[in-house]
Parts: sequence; structure tokens; C-alpha cells
Amino acid sequence: MADTLSFTKKTFTSDQEPRWCPGCGDYAILAAVQAFMPELGIAPENTVFVSGIGCSGRFTYYMDTYGFHGIHGRAPAIATGIATAKPDLDVWVVTGDGDALSIGGNHLIHALRRNVNLKILLFNNQIYGLTKGQYSPTSEVGKVTKSTPFGSVDRPFDPVALALGAAATFVARTIDNDRKHLTEVLRQAAEHQGAAFVEIYQNCNVFNDGAFDLLRDKTQGAHNQIRLVHGEPIVFDEGTKCVRLGANGRLEIAEVAGTDPDAIITHDVHGPPSLAFTLAHLSQGPTEPTCMGVFRQVERDTYGEAIQAQIGHAKERLGEGDLRALLYGGDTWDVEA
Amino acid sequence: MSKTVEEREHVVVRFAGDSGDGMQLTGDRFTSATALLGNDLATLPDFPAEIRAPAGTVHGVSAFQIQFASTDVATPGDHADVLVAMNPAALKADLATVVKGGNLILNEDAFTSRNLEKAGYASDPRSSGELDGYQVYSVPMTSITVRAVEPVGVSKKEAERAKNMFALGLVSWMYGRPTEPTLEWLERKFGSKPEIHDANVAAFHAGYNFGETTELFAHQVLVKAAPAEQGTYRNIAGAQALAWGLIAASKTSGLPLFYASYPITPASDLLHELSRHKNFGVVTVQAEDEIAAANMALGAAFAGQLGVTGTSGPGLDLKAETIGLAVITELPMIVVDVQRAGPSTGLPTKTEQGDLLTAMFGRHGESPIPIVAASSPSDCFEVALDAVRVAVRYRTPVIVLSDSFLQNSSEPWLLPDPASLPAIDPAFAEANGEPFLPYARNADGARPWAIPGTPGLQHRIGGLEREDGTGAISYEPENHELMTHLRRAKVEGIASSLPPLDVDDPDGDAELLVLGWGSTAGTIRAAVQRARAGGTKIASAHLRWLNPMPSNAGDVVRRYPKVLIPEINEGQLAMLIRARFLVDARSFSRVQGRPLWADELDEAIEEALHG
Repeated sequence: MADTLSFTKKTFTSDQEPRWCPGCGDYAILAAVQAFMPELGIAPENTVFVSGIGCSGRFTYYMDTYGFHGIHGRAPAIATGIATAKPDLDVWVVTGDGDALSIGGNHLIHALRRNVNLKILLFNNQIYGLTKGQYSPTSEVGKVTKSTPFGSVDRPFDPVALALGAAATFVARTIDNDRKHLTEVLRQAAEHQGAAFVEIYQNCNVFNDGAFDLLRDKTQGAHNQIRLVHGEPIVFDEGTKCVRLGANGRLEIAEVAGTDPDAIITHDVHGPPSLAFTLAHLSQGPTEPTCMGVFRQVERDTYGEAIQAQIGHAKERLGEGDLRALLYGGDTWDVEA
Repeated sequence: MSKTVEEREHVVVRFAGDSGDGMQLTGDRFTSATALLGNDLATLPDFPAEIRAPAGTVHGVSAFQIQFASTDVATPGDHADVLVAMNPAALKADLATVVKGGNLILNEDAFTSRNLEKAGYASDPRSSGELDGYQVYSVPMTSITVRAVEPVGVSKKEAERAKNMFALGLVSWMYGRPTEPTLEWLERKFGSKPEIHDANVAAFHAGYNFGETTELFAHQVLVKAAPAEQGTYRNIAGAQALAWGLIAASKTSGLPLFYASYPITPASDLLHELSRHKNFGVVTVQAEDEIAAANMALGAAFAGQLGVTGTSGPGLDLKAETIGLAVITELPMIVVDVQRAGPSTGLPTKTEQGDLLTAMFGRHGESPIPIVAASSPSDCFEVALDAVRVAVRYRTPVIVLSDSFLQNSSEPWLLPDPASLPAIDPAFAEANGEPFLPYARNADGARPWAIPGTPGLQHRIGGLEREDGTGAISYEPENHELMTHLRRAKVEGIASSLPPLDVDDPDGDAELLVLGWGSTAGTIRAAVQRARAGGTKIASAHLRWLNPMPSNAGDVVRRYPKVLIPEINEGQLAMLIRARFLVDARSFSRVQGRPLWADELDEAIEEALHG
């Protein structure tokens, strides 16, 4: 095995030239992932990227690891097979809002509730890009696209809330153009044992440009990104605004000035899911101040471990499987020559 | 009173009752005792789709049929010699299965006006003349059972529940079956519940003694042991044989078995059986849906395990896209399809061979895939091994076709020596210093199986067309055509590793060839033997591999003036044979959710020859 210290960005970069549209947010995410993988100290041969269909699906080809570009929506299921068969592998799923939340919604929630040891990166651009611009399950109501010339009437999913509802043990949100935050969230996801779900707001400059400007633009973002830090009071907009407990147990945004410091919510990623869930619902979408960072991180047995433990117990109790004993056990009879 | 003993070559017994009456268990126990006696046998469980349809109705009738003989048994029998009917509904549902003049053993206590009405009888068939020509034995099974069980002190309900053991005891006496296997089984089953155990034993003895002492039954029937090859035998059903075959393949290949499946009748028994054997390192996943199950198996195959998914017709439809992905990624994966009557939900518990063309063509694009079909319950073991051998050697998904009848039916199985099973070499790729070409091919046309964790062989595969050799994405027109041809040639090339199609034609001058596949093997064997005994010159052959077919398949079907293809579908193999070999093969088709009967095949043979 190669010396882990010698891993560089190049180690994880394949010879395939990325073919996304110029200006696509995917480039920034790819660069961040390639640059950050060496820090994990995991050899490329022990790393697997699995993707589905959509612009994000191409990601697999640009990583010089093992890779499986699957079919639409099924990446979490393929990855479940890989990670369960070989729990020692570092398995990443790259997916999009259509891939993960529409055609593959079932596999996503089941991978999360099983706590399969997967890092799931959901590139959310709120649009179908590869099929040239239809609304997606995260597009806002009223969205005008080729398939909704009079505006979409479908209510969008909030991916973070969905993942929390599926009992995910690690749930986070970050954004494509903030390399530092993106890398930090990915690092925490990588260190998590179990299913780690990361929603990445990703700009599609061709079919849905500017969807995240309120958060993505440097100046506006400074006002509207609510950065979640475990153990810290939730304040944003240069310390002027906070999240506090309002009437009826709801969380609300308020001015720090005039708020009792004890009423400001302190972020806790390990607590009950209700806080994370309420934070996820604080905004109606990225057109309002929105929480970013790790929402929740708790420990639970991974699927692969649980399955291997069961096999271990069965071997202890019944002994290592013996084919002859299996075939010849029970009611048999002999016929003499 | 002394009773006479009549010797018979073969007998067909059918147990029928309400879903809750324990008829499958009764049949199963009778089968075990029969197997231990050394008879050849074949069984046919026949149950309704509903778990417990309204009691006493025809919809809720569950039946179990067994043919046993002192000679070779090919089928569970076209018609029953004896029907044990636990209520009027069972009589109503199954009278047509009894041979004219056959024996009807009726549970007299169940023939109340209420039950007759629920079964749809306007008048009591026992006195209406409807049963004229049958030998009717009316036995108050429930009340005798309750009286016999009384000393044990269980509730009346528990006592009545034991009436199936009374029926088993009675039929065991009628055919001279040993009682020990049943008593031992009751001990194992109810050892921890002494009262239930005692009640069942009392009911069983009561039934046996009833046959022996009452004057109702004048004689006992004896069926001697069938001559059989030397060795150790067990009785086995198809589902168990298939599961064990997969476990055996896992052992002989060293590939851990990864089975992902979604519950579906009748394939669920595979999931149940494999889940019991985790000490063989078997991973079983009950997936969230059929599509997930297929993708998990494919993911496991990519990771270097024996990835298997199992389903039945509707699930095969759902897995189609994933099987296509397995075709283009050229990974070994096994897809088991336990066929049932379709289309759509169809008849979920009834058998059919309706998925052959779906297996063959049920994917978009040119998507060739090897297909192998089991011909008997015990053959499921060998078929599983064959499928894995081909999948691993040729790096290809393989579809295994079984069916509802094979899964549930059972027969004696001459056990193989596990040490004699040939090894399967996964031949994983290893780095050799050269640039790795994931789509380079060996002499078999197979690509390397390079599994994650192997240094230096990192590569990317997927559903997009690959460039020959490098495996890079390629949209080149010529390359697509080349890859299409290479995938087809690889699958066709498997024929060179298959034994030739074996033709049963003693004199070599038959005028008619009967060609079959899958679970109809027994029926065809029986019908061909009968025709031959009647002086007809007739040949038969049975296809194990449907794709590719053995290299001599074309020569065989062209050699005979007439070809008859019996199938439980509307002529799917016949269509393939006609299209591929340009022969005027005639189809014999039945789609009634049951196995073919030998006597209807007799007629088809007669018509094919002289019609």
C-alpha cells in the first residue's frame, strides 16, 4: 500500500477531463473533494465513489478511486451493497436533488434509517440540469420551467428535514462556493461512522442561475447564512441576529439586542432530533436566512457492523457452516447397493 | 378382524381442507414417512392466495397432493386416487381432481347444513347422487378426535385442531406408512408443550387405529420401495435446494453469499431459508423494494461477493433496468425468478412458465443474458451451481428460472458428496505494473473482475457505453457496435462450455421430438414413456440453458420431422425455436396455474403425430 502521507490531490484526480458546463458549481465541489481526500489518509484503492444519473453522476469519473456510475436514483442501493459486503471500504455517494429525492427517494431514506456507512453528498441545484431544465423536487412553488410554463404547484422537499425524518445519524448543509465551510463539513462527514448526509447548495448557472444568491453572494451571505456550531449560541449577521425560542415552542429569528442571552438557542448536534428538525424548518428555503453546518450527529451501530455481528453470533452458536452437515442433516435414508 | 393387503405400483393421495386446517403440514409429514419408506415420490402443494379466506368457503381450500410409487415417479400425478376432504368446500373444490372410482374420505362432522351452504352446495352431495361412482368413506374425524384427546385435558378448540393428525394417522394406516417418523417429529415440534404434543399423538393414534379396527376399510394398500441408485437420500423441495445450491456455490467459489430480496410470493422462501444459514457467512438483506434488492446485489458483486437477488414475475419487471446495468458493467450477478402466473399480480400462488421471453428480452437495448432453468426440485441445487459457475467465469449476470411448482414441490434427492463439487475460481484481477484495462477481454470474452481494495486497479464503471479495452466513456458509433457484438459473442460463447443437448431416442428413428424446459420435465418424461410403451417412436430432450442453447440444439430440432414443445405459457420456447432454427415446431400450451398433466400431453402427442 502506498504511504498515506504521500497522498496528494493528484492521487485522487483521474485522467478524465471534467465535462460540466463552464461556471457550474460542481467544479468547486470536485476541487474541494479532491483536495481534501488526501487528508483522510485513506488509500484511493479503499475508496469508492458511487453516483446516479444527472449532472452530479459524472463526479465518479473524475476521482481516481474505485467508482460505480449507476442508474437513476439507485446509487444508495448500490452503495449499500458495497458497504455491507465490505465494511472496511470508504464509500461515498454523489447524487442530485432529482436523483436522490425523486426517482431514488426510497433508497435514500432506507440507507439513512439503516445507518449504512456511506457519505452521501446531495448536490441540490433545485433543477433538472441534464434533461435541460425541468423543475425538481426541491424547486419552489411557482417555479416556471419548460415543464411548468404556468409555474410549479408542487411543494418542495427540504432535504435536511427529510434526512432527519429518516433518522439519519449525521445531517449537514453547506454550499459550493465556500471552500472552507464545504471542506470542514465534509471532514466531519468523513469522520462520522454511519450514514452521513450532506446537502450542498450548488448553483446551476445555465438553468437556475442565482437560486442561492442570498446565501452564496459574499455580501448577502454574510447577512443570511446562519452558521451552526455545536455548543455555541446560534447568532448570525455579524452577531446582530440570533435564533431564540418563541411562542408555542417555535424558534424565531430576533435581534440580539433586546434578547435575553439565556433565550438564545445553543446548538447541540448530539441532542434529540427536535432541535435539528426545528432549525431545518426555520426558513422556507434559501430565499430566507438559512441554517448551514452540521444539524445533527449521533452514534449508532452501522448496518455493516450489525450484519457482521449477527454472522459472528451465528457462527459462535452454530459453528462455522459445514456443507456436508447441512445436506446430510435431518431426515435422510440410505439405499444399499 | 383381519384385513387384506393389496399391492399397488403407485398411488396419488390428496389432502384438502381449510387454510387453517393444517393440510400442508399433514402432507409434509406423510411425505417424510413415505420418503423414509423408500418410495419414489413427487408432491404438489396447492394453496390459495389468501392467508385465511373465510372459513368453509371454496376460496379458502388448501390442498397437498403426493404421488408415491415402487417405480420411477415423474409427476405429482394428474389425478388423485384418494381425496381426504376435511369439509364440504374441500370436496367441492377438489372433487374434479379425483379419478373416477377413487376414494373420498370425508370428515362427516364438517358436513353441516351451514358448511354445505358456505361451500355452495344446494344439497348434501353425499345423498344427491353427485358422488355416485366414487368410493365414499364418511368418518366423523372431529368428534372421534375430540373424544380421543379428552384424557389429555386440552381445550375443545385445541382438541379439534388436532383432527389433521387423525387424518394423517388414518391415511398412514391405509398405506402402511411407518408411524415413528411422525411421532418423532411431534416430539421435536411440541416437546416443550406436553399437552399439545399429547393431544396430537392421541389424535394420530386414533386415526391409525380407526383404520385398523373399523370395518369401514376392508384392506390396506402397500406400495413397495422403489429401486434406487445406492447412496444417501433426503426429501427436498425446490426452494430449499436452490438456497443450498447458492450456499454450496459460495463455499466452492470462496465468495461470500450476499442475498438481497424483497418479500414476494413464491420467492420469499429463498429469503427465509438463506436467512437461517448466517453461520455460512451469508448476508441477507430484506431490501426496501425489488429495485433496491437488485442494486444491492450488483453493488456486492462489484465489491467481490456472490451477489444474488431473488424474485417472482412482477419483481423481475422492476429489476429490468438493473439487470441491464449488470449486462453493461459485466459483473457476475445471479437473478432468481420463481415464475408465477401473470400478467401483473395474476395468480400469485399458482405456477406458470410465462417469464422466459421476459428473461430473454425484457430490457431495453441489445442486452443478452444467460438463462438457466431448473427441471425438478432437486435440480435447483445443480442449477444454482451452474449459474454461479457461468456468472463468475464469464463476468455476466445470469437469470435462473424456477417456478412456483418447483419451489414448493418435493422429491427424493440422492445427495452429492460436497467434496466432489468442482471449485469455482473467482480469478480476481491483480496489478501487474501495466496500465489497467478494465474492459480488456480474455479468451472467453470476459473482462477482469477488479474489486475495491485492490491497489493499483482503481477504475470506474457504469451504465454509459464503454470504450473497448480502456472502459472510458465512449460515444463513438463504431465502438458501440463493437461492444454490442462483443457482449453478444461472449454470451453465445458460453455454449462451448455447456454439455450438448441430450436426446432420449432409444432407436434413433423417432418421428416426433418432444422438447421442453423447466418444471415440465417430469410430465414430459411420463408422457413419453407411456407413448413409447404403446409402440410410438418418440424422442424427447430438455433444455437446461435457454440462452445460450447448447451448440447442437439446432441440429437436434432439425433432425426430427415433427417437434412438439409443451409449455405452461402460450408458446414462448416454441417462438424462440421457430425463430432461431426455422423449424415448424408445434406448441402445446396450458396456462391454468398448475403443472401440465401427462394425460393431456398424451393427447397432444397423438395429435402431433396423426392430427
